[in-house]
Amino acid sequence: MEAAPKELLRCEGLSLRYEAAAGYAVQGVDLSVCEGDFLCIVGENGSGKTTLLKMIAGLVQPTEGRVLYTGLRPSEVGYLPQQTAVQKDFPATVTEVAMSGLLNRKGFPPFYTKKDRETARAHLERFGVWDLHRASYQMLSGGQQQRVLLARALCASEKLLLLDEPVAGLDPHAAAGLYEILGALHESGMAVLMVSHDLDGAFRSQAKILHMATAPLYYGDVAGYGEFAKAGKGGFHV
Amino acid sequence: MFDLAQEMFSFPFIVRAFVVGTLVALCAALLGVSLVLKRYSMIGDGLSHVGFGTLAVAVALGLAPLQVSVPVVLLAAFLLLRISENSRIKGDAAIALISSSSLAVGVVVLAMTVGMNTDVCNYLFGTILAMKKSDVVLSICLAAGVLTLFVLFYNKIFAVTFDEGFAKATGTRTGVYKMLLALLAALVIAVGMRIMGAMLISSLIIFPALSAMRVFRSFARVTVCAAALSVVCFFFGLLASYTFNTPAGASVVLANLAAFLIFTAAGQIRRLVS
Repeated sequence: MEAAPKELLRCEGLSLRYEAAAGYAVQGVDLSVCEGDFLCIVGENGSGKTTLLKMIAGLVQPTEGRVLYTGLRPSEVGYLPQQTAVQKDFPATVTEVAMSGLLNRKGFPPFYTKKDRETARAHLERFGVWDLHRASYQMLSGGQQQRVLLARALCASEKLLLLDEPVAGLDPHAAAGLYEILGALHESGMAVLMVSHDLDGAFRSQAKILHMATAPLYYGDVAGYGEFAKAGKGGFHV
Repeated sequence: MFDLAQEMFSFPFIVRAFVVGTLVALCAALLGVSLVLKRYSMIGDGLSHVGFGTLAVAVALGLAPLQVSVPVVLLAAFLLLRISENSRIKGDAAIALISSSSLAVGVVVLAMTVGMNTDVCNYLFGTILAMKKSDVVLSICLAAGVLTLFVLFYNKIFAVTFDEGFAKATGTRTGVYKMLLALLAALVIAVGMRIMGAMLISSLIIFPALSAMRVFRSFARVTVCAAALSVVCFFFGLLASYTFNTPAGASVVLANLAAFLIFTAAGQIRRLVS
């Protein structure tokens, strides 16, 4: 019998409201992510997907419930934030940005080694942006920036990736390439937790789906999600 | 110019002011890159005003200026950072409030005690006569501390400045580094304030970073350039002050302004060429 995969993190009754009087932004989410899981969080705009991911990443404190890192340290998480406009004129090269992902895997003192440079290079090459490595990050196009940030997220972790809309800003070809890379990472044992409202290509048959509408509407495997969607309960067509 | 510099450095008080000023300019520029990019420039400005208030109170009470202003300015740095982080309060408005209140307290305290004299002018706009041996020692210790911490945590500072969310999500204690930046800035301001003046010291934090960003596009180069530029501008400012008998602090700020204009032009030319 195969050993059950090790749990990495768990959410228990996770809820958030911004004001005591206001309604919930996220309500009552229980979930568990194990090694090698591929979990897609889907839902309409404003359904609390991104907020949920931010709570899992530790950027937003839940008002109720808690996030437990049961099987990994915070420094073993790779995170791709939703693309925000980087401050104009921020001086940073592509290499500087990508390498910053490696920082928390290093002990003390926090200096990069030659090996770190090679790791960063490998990830940048993987996303086809190595030839831009000396370019200024803020001069890149949106899609190029997204790929640099993905490389940074990969630099940060070999265990768990938290991705917020990873294909936003990518053209269909690049998006397909990204899913291919994510697939390969998943094969190699990386757990992926991804917020998306694009379902095409996002689905791997082994994926789990969490459909959010403030509270979780569906949480389970892809096959079950098809039934859920067909039943007209508001799910996306698969 | 060489003769002029040689003549200038034959005065021990100018040598002391040069040593303290150069070290303060260097530290301020290093911290300034992050402070400007994280939009904390106002904190530097607020701290210098708080520094003026405490300096005035210290003089009125007959206490050593630095022993009073250093702890108070450190405390103010802590509070100002908390205020600007808290989105429920209008951060910039709160800082402006604290700035002008501290300034008013300082002016009133001085008026009630020593009177509005040239001392007040010196606190506001700086004087190079104020530096004693103990200030030189203190500024060397300060610079050694700031440089060590900055080099040691350079990569962390970059990560927190560039993308705080990512740094936090991947396990960096971002609050610690932001507080470190604010506290070091407070120390630099407290030490540099008497040369540069409470009204002018924040320019040492802001100008070199802005000038360097006109030309360079990598964080490492901007940092190195800002540090070097700040030291050069301090030297020429001091030299101009000696030559034309102008106030040192204001002369250094004008040297920084000139550098900023030159770098802006250079940046434009570079953009046109490429």
